Amino acid sequence: MSRRRVEMRNHLRELYYFRTRLAVSVAFVLVLMFALLLRFVYLQVWKHDYFHTMAENNRISIVPTVPNRGLILDRNGVVLAHNYSAYTLEITPSKAGDLEETINELAKIVEIQPKDRKRFKRLLAESKNFETLPIRNRLSDEEVARFAAQRFRFPGVEIKARLFREYPFREATSHLIGYIGRITEKDKEKLEEDEQLANYRGSDYIGKTGLEQSYENALHGLTGVEQVEVDAGGRGVRVLSRTSPRSGDNLVLSLDMKLQEVAEKAFGNYRGALVAIDPTNGEVLAFVSKPGYDTNLFIDGIDSDSYSELIGSPDRPLTNRALHGMYPPGSTIKPFMALAGLTYGKRSPSYTIPDPGYYMLPGSSHQYRDWKKGGHGSVDLFRSIVVSCDTYYYGLAVDLGIDNMHSFLSQFGFGKKTGIDLNGEVSGLLPSQEWKEKRFKQKWFAGDSVSVGIGQGYNLVTPMQLAYATAVLANDGVGFRPHLVRQIQRSIDGKTETIEVKPEPGVQLNPEHVALVKSAMIAVTQPGGTAAVAGAGAPYTFAGKTGTAQVVGIKQGQQYNAGALSERHRDHAWFMAFAPADKPRIAIAVLAENGGHGGSTAAPIARKVFDYYLTGKQPEPLPDQGGDDGDATDED
Amino acid sequence: METQQTKIERFKRRLVAHIDPVLLAAIGLLMFVSLVVLYSASDGNWGRVGGQAANILVGLTVMWLVANMPLHYLQRTALPLYILGMLLLIGVALFGEISHGARRWLNIGVATIQPSELMKIAVPLMMAWYFERHEATLTLKNYFVASLLLLMPVGLIARQPDLGTAILISASGFYVLFLAGLSWRIIGGLAAAAAAAAPFMWNMLHDYQRHRILMLLDPMQDALGKGYHTIQGMVAVGSGGVLGKGYMNGTQTHLDFLPERTTDFIFAVYSEEFGLVGNLILIALYLFVITRGFMITANASTYFTRLMAGSITLTFFTYAFVNMGMVSGILPVVGVPLPLVSYGGTSMLTLLLGFGILMSVETHKKLVKT
Repeated sequence: MSRRRVEMRNHLRELYYFRTRLAVSVAFVLVLMFALLLRFVYLQVWKHDYFHTMAENNRISIVPTVPNRGLILDRNGVVLAHNYSAYTLEITPSKAGDLEETINELAKIVEIQPKDRKRFKRLLAESKNFETLPIRNRLSDEEVARFAAQRFRFPGVEIKARLFREYPFREATSHLIGYIGRITEKDKEKLEEDEQLANYRGSDYIGKTGLEQSYENALHGLTGVEQVEVDAGGRGVRVLSRTSPRSGDNLVLSLDMKLQEVAEKAFGNYRGALVAIDPTNGEVLAFVSKPGYDTNLFIDGIDSDSYSELIGSPDRPLTNRALHGMYPPGSTIKPFMALAGLTYGKRSPSYTIPDPGYYMLPGSSHQYRDWKKGGHGSVDLFRSIVVSCDTYYYGLAVDLGIDNMHSFLSQFGFGKKTGIDLNGEVSGLLPSQEWKEKRFKQKWFAGDSVSVGIGQGYNLVTPMQLAYATAVLANDGVGFRPHLVRQIQRSIDGKTETIEVKPEPGVQLNPEHVALVKSAMIAVTQPGGTAAVAGAGAPYTFAGKTGTAQVVGIKQGQQYNAGALSERHRDHAWFMAFAPADKPRIAIAVLAENGGHGGSTAAPIARKVFDYYLTGKQPEPLPDQGGDDGDATDED
Repeated sequence: METQQTKIERFKRRLVAHIDPVLLAAIGLLMFVSLVVLYSASDGNWGRVGGQAANILVGLTVMWLVANMPLHYLQRTALPLYILGMLLLIGVALFGEISHGARRWLNIGVATIQPSELMKIAVPLMMAWYFERHEATLTLKNYFVASLLLLMPVGLIARQPDLGTAILISASGFYVLFLAGLSWRIIGGLAAAAAAAAPFMWNMLHDYQRHRILMLLDPMQDALGKGYHTIQGMVAVGSGGVLGKGYMNGTQTHLDFLPERTTDFIFAVYSEEFGLVGNLILIALYLFVITRGFMITANASTYFTRLMAGSITLTFFTYAFVNMGMVSGILPVVGVPLPLVSYGGTSMLTLLLGFGILMSVETHKKLVKT
């Protein structure tokens, strides 16, 4: 009983003590919160002016020094992308007051075109109020002087010296060099992910396409830092400390700009693409996609008129045809098919077929027609390439079957990215049983193989892929990963780092088979071959194969009539080739959109490139004659 | 016969039966402030706002679960939770992963965890449990043992080093000791001893450590190093003035002067954009939460729940005070987030777990009242 009373008393006393302690706690909280409040009043009322000034001109500002972007040079040192210094007129919208008014006033001093205003508006919409935005680039000295004299009238407007990027060859290098552009929010997110954002403090530009994008890390360089004491007006008084920026690395390409220009010109008015590779090491010598566009327009944000013109053009100048354009390979697939037939033992060199002008699957009456009405007569493997006999390959494709075709052709890089050092390459399409099952939920039929045999079925290749495959063939099955950049001149130690040649698995081929196919491809460029006109009078021998990629399907029993079709519906012309035939130094794939016959449009382009590369001869226009290639029509 | 409607009514009632509406309202307002300020602090990044919203949802769920848990369950977890926490802390010291120069994380195969966060709840829980067991016969020895229970984890955490967490856990443990009735004479004695030892300690410090302390007194000494945070925070708060610069218009924030603006320094963003008026509102909100916490504490039915509720409430206050104090330059910069406002899932979870306990204390007392 007594113990219970003690506990009870303890309990009450406990509670009393506890409540006291709680009261002390409340007092503790209130006192400290009040102290905090006093601190806020001190900072925000008493010292507000002081801190306000400090915030306005943050006494010591840390100024990033943007590194010079690396140059891009061709293999002979020709400059393809460089920087120059110029003055820009820039506005900080948050400080400038009425923007419209400010710009109107500025227009009285320096020339401001409507497109400058449009671009400024777009930049304004994409940016934050505190950033400074250019209203005019490349001011003349006179304009700088005129503005400087009236500067006091324009708060928030200033002249800045900046480095600008320029691409002297404009359209001719657009699809390989690409361009830089202003850093967007999306770019920033990406940079933050890669923990690169700090290095881009102060940078306005970043590589958007082409080599400017894929070699961004090397080209950008390291940003330096200056700690600057600034006065109330925000001007730097003195530099307290400095870490110098490190310029970006220069890129030296394997590309030969003169060759590139020759190739560009050789296209004339045709749209298309051309890729030339040194088969012995994978170096890309020329990389053309026609038409190009002036990349310089994009650097500071293109004005909307020019942009809609580019976007709306039926020529699609913004499309990189060499890398992204997918076309049926047409008859250019035949040399590879011939090698497959020999390798798998499905055809011997002497095996001969009688070509009636069509092929029929056993047990079917459907006719797969040869491009030549009435056929080529008796055709062996050699002739099948020289005259581009479709019937021969219809039968060969069926005998090989899709599995063999797929595994053999993929060794030449069909259906795969070549791994060239540009972003966004597409892998084309090399069909297989699994692919068709996945895509159409259908089994593979023998009829599917027939069309694949002459490159007109499901398969699609890019000019880049065909150039690579040609290089592998030229090099007797040994492949190297294609690359545009040959050397990187590092700014940190001034040393030149040569990009390593990367061997690819390639293809195991019997030398006799290769020799046979190559000799047939040589015959293609000689009298009687489908590219005889292009080959005429060459001081070296070269090996090639023409091809045609259908644009419009031809119905059973219909005849292809180039004249009757509108220009845009004409077939695309292909030519793949390498030279010199005995010791190839250059392998090439040419696609001329709506060029009709490979022999007459695509092959002469390749010839001009060879002439320049092998003999240094600037090309003279070849007489434009109709070739005798015309391998089209299979079933639609 | 029960109608569908009454069923739903009953379900609804059960859903909110253990939720304290006053506390929830105040917490909700602070969370709203968090989302609004985060949008500005992250320069309009909805990803950050969404991430915080997710943190809040997870936290509220945990809060609801804990609030529905009868307290004797919680009481029973005290010892195992504490032992687990200590084992993990020892694990960190031996095998922890080093990141940013501190060894705080432990890789347990499926994920990396930060055991010190667990201890924020486990330590006061353990101490309250211990005092409850010896409630009737408290002697000096018990306070000594309780202090050891506090100092062991704090020592391990301070060694990592994670000063901010160590301070917060020390505070939460000290609050338990204080509320359990640690004699004023001892408190006074400890304070006097610390003051007397200070000059000796000062002599024992390395030069760089002294420099760091001096720097706290005058941040301008190291304006671009450690003092940078403090100065930029003070400039942000001070330049905000009475009414603030307006939402999304803080120059310190949007010109990248403020470091860690979505986490530890988010108060600077808020203060710059909403000024003294905003600060008053924020302090009022915090005081509101704290007041409610004290009310729950005062009415709690058992010794254990009183200690627990009091410690949670005071620790919450400490979070808020230390963070605002450090941003406005009266306290050294230690890594303490602004409670319920700073971006971060872990602190949100720990805080809401604490509020879940408070709600459980408030709503379960009728059942355990002796």
